[in-house]
Amino acid sequence: MTESTNPIEEILRMDRIPHIWCPGCGIGTVVTSFAEAVRKEQIDLDKIAIVSGIGCTGRVAGYVKLDSFHTTHGRAIPFTTGLKMAHPETKTVVFSGDGDLSGIGGNHLIHAARRNMDMVVICVNNFNYAMTGGQVAATTPKLANASTAPYGNFENAFNLPYLVEAAGATYVARWTALHLRRVTKSIQEALNHRGFSFIEVITPCVTLYARRNRLGDGLNLLKYYYDQSEIQHDADTKTLDISYQGKLIVGKFVHKEKPTFLDAMNDHLSTTLGTDYKLYGVNND
Amino acid sequence: MDGDFAIAEGGLAAGCRFFAGYPITPSTETAEHFSERIPMVGGVFIQMEDELASIAALIGASWGGKKAMTVTSGPGFSLMMENIGLAAMMEAPLVIANVQRGGPSTGLPTLTGQQDMMQARWGSHGDYRIIALSPDSPQECFDLTIEAFNLAETYRVPVFVMTDECVGHMHEKVVIPEADQIEVVERKWYTGPKKDYRPYKNDEDGIPFMVKVGDGYRFHTTGLTHDEHGYPLLNADCQKINVQHLLDKIDKNADKIIRIEEDQIDNAEILVISYGITSRVAVKAVQDARAAGIKVGTLRLITVWPFPEKRILELAGQVKGIVFPEINAGQVVLEAERIVADKCPVFRVPHLGGWVHDPDDILNAIKEAAK
Repeated sequence: MTESTNPIEEILRMDRIPHIWCPGCGIGTVVTSFAEAVRKEQIDLDKIAIVSGIGCTGRVAGYVKLDSFHTTHGRAIPFTTGLKMAHPETKTVVFSGDGDLSGIGGNHLIHAARRNMDMVVICVNNFNYAMTGGQVAATTPKLANASTAPYGNFENAFNLPYLVEAAGATYVARWTALHLRRVTKSIQEALNHRGFSFIEVITPCVTLYARRNRLGDGLNLLKYYYDQSEIQHDADTKTLDISYQGKLIVGKFVHKEKPTFLDAMNDHLSTTLGTDYKLYGVNND
Repeated sequence: MDGDFAIAEGGLAAGCRFFAGYPITPSTETAEHFSERIPMVGGVFIQMEDELASIAALIGASWGGKKAMTVTSGPGFSLMMENIGLAAMMEAPLVIANVQRGGPSTGLPTLTGQQDMMQARWGSHGDYRIIALSPDSPQECFDLTIEAFNLAETYRVPVFVMTDECVGHMHEKVVIPEADQIEVVERKWYTGPKKDYRPYKNDEDGIPFMVKVGDGYRFHTTGLTHDEHGYPLLNADCQKINVQHLLDKIDKNADKIIRIEEDQIDNAEILVISYGITSRVAVKAVQDARAAGIKVGTLRLITVWPFPEKRILELAGQVKGIVFPEINAGQVVLEAERIVADKCPVFRVPHLGGWVHDPDDILNAIKEAAK
């Protein structure tokens, strides 16, 4: 009998499994979608790098068998800006959580979007700071309970697709973790898109957010998010606010061409400097 | 050219091809000069959204295979502390020039200080080592920025060029040698079989080999305590090996790293220790003291961290007293006091910033020490 292996194992650090995520957590399914997208697009595994920040999703870089960087809280995006600009032929993927990317890293998020820096940002949104025990986040829906919002959250939550589109992102999508094939397809599109791509994936945090708010187990919540979803491609991102246990508008909202930071730099400097300027990142060793 | 310009030229001469920065007085001229020059030599300049982003981009660029640097001053240096720790932990070579101004907080944006010296050494949390150099002239801004890159590449460590507003804005002649006359250290790349690569396995010299992104090693690196694979291993045993290595690679090579400049030490009764702009002010005080018949020797710290412990301990046994002026309330002098212990008295000459010392203040301390 020959042993069969899952084809995505080639993209995972199997020597690091079992992972640290709780049973019922949605992060693993998003990693599966990512691995599947990379495999389907036949991306050269030596030419793609993954960068994470800190938090539950921040651990993704440690399980993916690519050039992988586990950086500091909130700084995955500027780290990737440096990595990408130093070595432009490498595809760069930031894989991190809502708190990391939009809380502590919010300023970097909007500026990388503004520059249309060529990277794929996969934002796993579980509505709370899970690694530290379920604190309120910039993405926690109003009225949801969190360990630092014990009487319920009264702050406004970010509408991330609206935020990144306004800042300049050129590919924006949102799905739930149960939309496996749709997430995979979005990641495939983003990997082929030249520019700043942002994919938000709503996932259940079973141990903290779900338990504290009495929302049932992981499978139930995964299913609940899926059932609450309404696919509206090209929806106006202004309309994508998320309310507590309310309807979730998902889909692909933005997909447009615009010069990346590198393209704009090369274009502008070769125009202004003429032959004194050698195109950067072209035939780079 | 001024010191700020010379830092940029030194960086370029050392092979720096990635600069990320955020404007801050009195260092901005370095960033401006980079933005003008680096596109012409095949490099990237990017003005980031803040200093947190600048240093993060530098670490990314370092793993992208480029020599990378930034320049800043006090408030920006404070913001960089978080990822200076990451650079130390990931052992990513990079260079930060700090054109110091008076602090704390916004302090004196346009006026000098040497108040970030201890922050340079200890600013990020946890135990680690860095290297800090202190130029006293625009020429040394050029020379020591090259040296900073060479040290960063040799020891895979963040290296700081700790200058100040006076030297940064001082215009003097700077001699830039022909490129083939400049010693430039290149990164120690790993070239062995891919399956054998361990990102944090020490070579014989105690420094691990490096690879860059896209070379096919599919390696992992993290700010977490890690084993030689770069994989997190969160226990006291791994912590000891990991952190001890960060300390050892600098401590055990301190003699090779440290550069000092001595003058008239042989029969000195008083030793004046200083660094950066203060060493130039001290020259006047030392001349006056010698004219008054006091035998004064000087020791200038070109490398401030690691600190030249052995040499200072040796000299402490020879002289009657040590005089140590610096433009802060007393920072590097604390290290001298710790080392000298009771071998001889150490006279602090603090200045809280905004201007350099009045040479007479240093002279009076020398006279006091000579009593």
